[in-house]
Amino acid sequence: MWNLLAEPLQASFMQRSLLTAVLVGIVCATVGCYLMVQRLALLGDAISHSVLPGLVIAYIIGVDIFLGAFIAGILSTVVIAWIHTQTQIKEDAAMGIVFSAFFALGITLITIVQKDNKIDLNHFLFGNILSVTSREVLNTLGITLLVLVVILLLYKELMLYTFDPIGAQAAGLPTNLLNFGLMVLIALTIVASLKAVGVILVLAMLITPGATAYLLVYRLHRMMILGAMIGVLSSITGMYLSYYYNLPSGPAIVLVAFIFFLAALLFSPSQGILTRSLHQAS
Amino acid sequence: MNSASHLAVDHLGVQYRMVKALSDVTCSISAGRLTGIIGPNGAGKSTLLKAMLGLVLPSSGQVIWGERPLHQQLDRVAYIPQRSQIDWTYPATVWDVVLMGRIRKTGWLKRYSTVSRRLAVAALERVGILELRDRPIGQLSGGQQQRVFLAKALTEEAEIFCLDEPLAGIDKKTEAIVFDILHELAATGHTVLVVHHDLGQAITNFDDLILLNQELIAYGTRADVLTSSNIQRAFGGHVPFFDSKAA
Repeated sequence: MWNLLAEPLQASFMQRSLLTAVLVGIVCATVGCYLMVQRLALLGDAISHSVLPGLVIAYIIGVDIFLGAFIAGILSTVVIAWIHTQTQIKEDAAMGIVFSAFFALGITLITIVQKDNKIDLNHFLFGNILSVTSREVLNTLGITLLVLVVILLLYKELMLYTFDPIGAQAAGLPTNLLNFGLMVLIALTIVASLKAVGVILVLAMLITPGATAYLLVYRLHRMMILGAMIGVLSSITGMYLSYYYNLPSGPAIVLVAFIFFLAALLFSPSQGILTRSLHQAS
Repeated sequence: MNSASHLAVDHLGVQYRMVKALSDVTCSISAGRLTGIIGPNGAGKSTLLKAMLGLVLPSSGQVIWGERPLHQQLDRVAYIPQRSQIDWTYPATVWDVVLMGRIRKTGWLKRYSTVSRRLAVAALERVGILELRDRPIGQLSGGQQQRVFLAKALTEEAEIFCLDEPLAGIDKKTEAIVFDILHELAATGHTVLVVHHDLGQAITNFDDLILLNQELIAYGTRADVLTSSNIQRAFGGHVPFFDSKAA
């Protein structure tokens, strides 16, 4: 058993990948709780798809691709908010329109660039965690720490804002600024996770662990902590499965997270489908 | 507290896109009195309250308190939203929500102080649900939910209390507690403004009334406002639960 766990760690690429997966598990689950309680799960999807053209443009003009991704992600939230405040189009429709357009632009640009360079669309879409470099690990570590510190410092304000935005405004909090700050945190988190799970599957890391925790505990901070623990456990389990059975890492991590969710859905003491019907039967 | 202070609502109007929700409301709301905002559905009662606090942008007019616009002094206001505006499935306990009332007094980057915690305990005791402090808010009855928000408002140590339909869908016991607290607040010189949804027995609790139907129909003491002709003008032919003795 010990050998089974220790063997992959002897390869340095596996050390880097595992560390990245653990960090992504923590930061995605924590930030994702805010998306979930605001019923904005789709926004996570929208931002993650929207980063693609930013990645490619940054690659073309030779700046850090993560910077490009971050800018594109923020830009998409600005465009979404602009459409939905300037017209009667609802927020979900605005998200659908904007993220698919950004995504289409990204795919088009990649296809053009791909002809002359060896870059692989699949790596952007689904991640390529095994090729993560030391510098990328440090990037992810830095973003994770930054995001967690900001959440710690603004915890009570962000909680009031996500619980009762009008109440937060009535308390005199700068709600526009808080909302923008939240968007920045989400965009940063997505950028930090790109290498691990890619733009398509990052949504699962944002939502699934937090949703699992939501079925088990009743307070936001506990949901974040338990969600992060589930995220980490999913990441590690997924990475080992991927190592031993030669599965793609990102999808393996996401599937493990889903299995945890399924277990909570069925067996949560208070909200589980099976446990609930047992309560009713007795 | 200066008992002569009053809220001056000056030609306040609100427009939602092309639709006029409220036009040209002018009145002067006295501290130390329990003031009800009444009118038929869609009369703009909640809109008036929100426009006064700047939660919806007025298309005209202003609200002055002391020397300055009210929306620049929100730290002196406690606002209780309609229960339906709140997501009661949010992962929070009664205690979490009541402490939120202390956010402005606590300030950025700081944790809630012992004083804040003591105020929260006192407020929960005052509304009679201290034993529910660790209960998730999703497991409360309507009356209990309303009491949580009242307790939150009490911790704010505000001078003006604005409540949006606090009596909708709650039990008699909660109603009695709510009015007991509101009377006490008014008696100690606070300004208390309550959006109220019907003309039943509970209306006798108010000292002053603001009667609306997209514009100001009448404002003054309860007896002055609740005349048949005013009610007729605000509600048209159909008057729900009106008891003329209530005036």
